[in-house]
Amino acid sequence: MIPALEEVHVKLKINGELRDLSHVDPQTPLLWALRDGAGLTGPKFGCGMGLCGACTVHVDGQAARSCLLPLGQVGEREVTTIEGLSPDGSHPLQKAWVELGVAQCGYCQVGQIMSAASLLRENPKPSDDEIDAAMSGNICRCGTYGRIRAAIHLAAKEGAK
Amino acid sequence: MNATRRGFLQGLIGGGALVIGAPLLGPVRLLAQEATTFKPSLWVAIAIDGTVTIFAHRSEMGTGIRTCLPAVLADELEADLKRVKIEQALGDEAYGSQNTDGSRSVRDFFQTMREVGASARQMLEQAAAKTWGVPAGECRASLHAVHHGPSKRSLAFGALVAKAATLKAPAQEALRLKKPSEWRYIGHDFPSYDAPAIVRGEAVFGADVSLPGMKFVTVARSPVLGGSLVSHDAKATLKVQGVERVVVLKAFTAPHTFQALGGVAVVATSTWAAMQGLRALSTSWKKGPNASYDSTTFRKALLKSVSSPGKSVRQSGDAKKAIGSAAKRLSGDYTTPLLAHATMEPPCALVHVTKSGCEVWAPNQNPQGARDTVAATLGLKKEQVKVHTTLLGGGFGRKSKPDFIAEAALVSREIGAPVRVVWTREDDLRHGYYHAPAAIHCEAGLDEKGQIQGWLLRTAFSSITSTFAPGRTEPAPFELMMGVTDLPYAVEDLRCESCPAPAHVRIGWLRSVCNIFHVFGTSSFVDELANAAGVDSADFLLQALGKPRLLSLGSEVKYPNYGKSLKEYPIDIGRLRGVVEAVKKSAWGRKLPKGHGLGIAAHRSFHSYVAVVVEASVSRDGEVRVERVDLVIDLGTVVNPDRVRAQMEGSVIFGLSLALWGEITTKGGQVVQSNFHDYPVARMSQAPKTINVTLVKSDLPPGGAGEPAVPPIAPALANAIFAACGQRLRDLPLRPA
Ligand code: FES
Ligand code: FES
Repeated sequence: MIPALEEVHVKLKINGELRDLSHVDPQTPLLWALRDGAGLTGPKFGCGMGLCGACTVHVDGQAARSCLLPLGQVGEREVTTIEGLSPDGSHPLQKAWVELGVAQCGYCQVGQIMSAASLLRENPKPSDDEIDAAMSGNICRCGTYGRIRAAIHLAAKEGAK
Repeated sequence: MNATRRGFLQGLIGGGALVIGAPLLGPVRLLAQEATTFKPSLWVAIAIDGTVTIFAHRSEMGTGIRTCLPAVLADELEADLKRVKIEQALGDEAYGSQNTDGSRSVRDFFQTMREVGASARQMLEQAAAKTWGVPAGECRASLHAVHHGPSKRSLAFGALVAKAATLKAPAQEALRLKKPSEWRYIGHDFPSYDAPAIVRGEAVFGADVSLPGMKFVTVARSPVLGGSLVSHDAKATLKVQGVERVVVLKAFTAPHTFQALGGVAVVATSTWAAMQGLRALSTSWKKGPNASYDSTTFRKALLKSVSSPGKSVRQSGDAKKAIGSAAKRLSGDYTTPLLAHATMEPPCALVHVTKSGCEVWAPNQNPQGARDTVAATLGLKKEQVKVHTTLLGGGFGRKSKPDFIAEAALVSREIGAPVRVVWTREDDLRHGYYHAPAAIHCEAGLDEKGQIQGWLLRTAFSSITSTFAPGRTEPAPFELMMGVTDLPYAVEDLRCESCPAPAHVRIGWLRSVCNIFHVFGTSSFVDELANAAGVDSADFLLQALGKPRLLSLGSEVKYPNYGKSLKEYPIDIGRLRGVVEAVKKSAWGRKLPKGHGLGIAAHRSFHSYVAVVVEASVSRDGEVRVERVDLVIDLGTVVNPDRVRAQMEGSVIFGLSLALWGEITTKGGQVVQSNFHDYPVARMSQAPKTINVTLVKSDLPPGGAGEPAVPPIAPALANAIFAACGQRLRDLPLRPA
């Protein structure tokens, strides 16, 4: 049984803004606080178990599965969603994604891009194997893996310029 | 996004110019307004600022169709695609079928889109001619403007709107379609309209639409199909912060078709509360007639079914005699399990039932079908139900079954508020419309020269028709057409039989449908014959296909041919040979590292011809790696080669997922799997590093793209595994020892 919780005000730093998410149970996974509370629908729900990566956001610049992360554990850390990755969709990865026509249905792609952005931050020139290792937590049921790989390479090249 | 705030609502955009569902009244109304918009048909509207709005009436689930069909129209219209806005059409039969499955959007609407575009273009040309007082024949539309060559004058589309709106549309016979050499989009790569929104996280999928006062709902459903609720205890559920109430939904009455399954709905103020409330809910069910369904036992029952003669569905000569007198005889039994669609976006729907009717926002493949189901569920007239189609986070056939929309409608009516029903992944895998489990039996003889002498093919699988007619154990001709009655091989003595099989879960169509199991069986078997004959597998395949010809099935064969005539879309063995020869040339017979093998398979489905060569390696502990896949498709006229290539790449991954891991099992009538840990699909590290796709150049009528490449993947892989390690695997998923 889940005990009833006091209403709490949780303040979160999301995309550079301090957001007050009223009436939210601190056990709520970040994903639902973002989607239902903050109205940021970029991060998606795919499994709720950390298995698919559709919900990927950045917490202090690191890829995190927001479906598993309780709001109460985010604390002072900075949350970045796809909406805050670049002001206008001009992140090298976003451009490469469009350029190479990566998306099919598109549902997984936000999570893919957020995982890739975190990878490139740590490793600006990843090899195929490094890409595979970093991206294998993100499922694409449409099967766009080849183009994702290519787009990460392209963005890495653009980023290096 | 908020459905009432933003432009998603069809009726709110485009000012008064939008006349969805009233195509015939359109021009009249526009005339009265002294047109600021020219709307020559329900597909397209041109505003005075030159913006061309094209209505996409088919659902976008990843194929790119939401861009491709509008681009065909834009091409004939001579509109600049960069200045085209695409709006998603509501469910309305004025558009014709909107049922986006069967890989038929282009086949069914290519010509319509061309004609609609050409008609509008000719009206704009005529408007310009009238303005200038010159013959219409001297005016030519090109890239968003009409030009008069002799006087070097031009008028932009926007400037012609008022005049064009007063004109009559040209008669069908007067339409001048562009020559293929004049196409600027058709046949060329162009980007998907939604790509920029997708990468910014702004694309609107099912659960991204909200309404003020909307409630979030999860549902507990009977774990066994047809079970009934005995009791439920919601005490703990109601203590969950944010849960407001629970609602009992009555169970469906047979046949289940697309009805809501019934159960207990948890109504809450957030998704998380609804999910927690569901977890806290305790329910008990009377399991009903399907409680003994066990997939392991059922597999044996299917094998038993194909071990004795079934109903003949195609027959020539005397297969039994031919096989009996052959120098060598071979037989193989192949089985495939239940599969779930596992669309990346689980089913979800937003429904608002009001006093006067009902409005729906949902990722659905068939807005008219969804509308009709909701209307029947609520006892409304279909005119009272409005269905908006969002983007689909994958469809694969699942989202043409609107049971989840009906669920939301029932709850919304009950609580008097807009409702978003959310399915968890567990719900999705456990309450699907599953791809049927199947058994295929093949028997054939080989003569001294290694030629096939007689073939007996038997199939048994739970039929999709059981979803509409409970207890039905016979497959329908449309299911047998996918890989049985169209068996392409040049065998004089042939007998194809269908054997009975019941169903115990909801059976539905999944990308490529029955082709998956039939071609797994027959294409594996052809490879077994090749090996028995000691002939190279690719050579044997070509020899088995025989001479280029149009396959004739005999008049007694019921062959729906994917909804088209055989005259327009024959079974062209020459084209099938063509793709085999092409892939043989580019990928077959190359030198491989030790422990690697090549497998080949080919098939025609959805009027397209596909051949693949798979390179696989098998490690000592039986781990299969797919190293490279080469695929050649001949699908006639192509609208957007880049999207076809994307579909081919995706089909390879989809095919590998089902070949290597896809398996839903049942115990006690309940599905065992629950999430991606026990229903795995391919991940990036498991995807082949190289997928080479070749499109055959052709100006024949267009074929399908979304599905035809999936069926040959599993058998080509099984054949590659055999070549790599000598193990012949006859059951999906493929698990080498
Ligand atoms: S939804 Fe978070 S990993 Fe799948
Ligand atoms: S693009 Fe559809 S799931 Fe990745």
